[in-house]
Amino acid sequence: MSEMNKKTYVRSHEPVFWGLFGAGGMLTAFLTPVMILLTGLLIPLGIIDQGNFNYQTLHGFATTWYGAGITLVLIALPLWHTLHRIFHALHDLGIKRGRDWQQVLSYGFAFAVTVFVFTLLLQMY
Amino acid sequence: MSKRKPYTRELPTDWWMKQLFYTKYMIREGSSVFITIYSLILAWGLLRLSQGEVAFNAWMTSLQSPVAIIVHFIALGLALYHTVTWFSLAPKAVDLWIKGKRLDDKIIVTGHYATFAVATVFCLLVIML
Repeated sequence: MSEMNKKTYVRSHEPVFWGLFGAGGMLTAFLTPVMILLTGLLIPLGIIDQGNFNYQTLHGFATTWYGAGITLVLIALPLWHTLHRIFHALHDLGIKRGRDWQQVLSYGFAFAVTVFVFTLLLQMY
Repeated sequence: MSKRKPYTRELPTDWWMKQLFYTKYMIREGSSVFITIYSLILAWGLLRLSQGEVAFNAWMTSLQSPVAIIVHFIALGLALYHTVTWFSLAPKAVDLWIKGKRLDDKIIVTGHYATFAVATVFCLLVIML
């Protein structure tokens, strides 16, 4: 009897993406504003000196193992947050066709850029 | 093919512009687009960094263009909006209990802002010093 009632549970892959979404959201909330302020406004507008944001220092940093790790996280992790939101925003905007492919493209994009950054760091190391 | 024809309620594409609450929600979601662009700019900067000093400095110069400044300005505003919304939701995620009493929401939110301030000052100092 009990055999008949046995259900097969299909594991969802949502928790993985949700975890990355949360971690990316945290990082974005705490660090993205200051990063944009520095690299996008203060330095290009000449309000503050280039300081440590110069070729020598950055190259030196990105070629250490910890520097490479920090660089990868700072550039790639926010994407796992934003692409998750963009994927769900497509639903909010009423775009119903091809949800599967929307999901593949959204997370695929985040994955592709992560691999791009990872490969660059590996090549520089 | 199923002959079933379920009723699907029509959804106007501008539904989120008719109520402030929904508009704010979509602005929050829309911040993702600009943060994505910012991450791509950084990823491109890393590519230029790997190509040598001349390439990297050319990337730095390109950031001075008016378009780049405007994009970063909008991105900063939206990123700050993301921060505010993220912190206001923090008490729901943290839900700390100390000695049988739930930690006050205000303390959690303030703690987040304090950490944010410290992190911001720290990053500024790391680059400037």
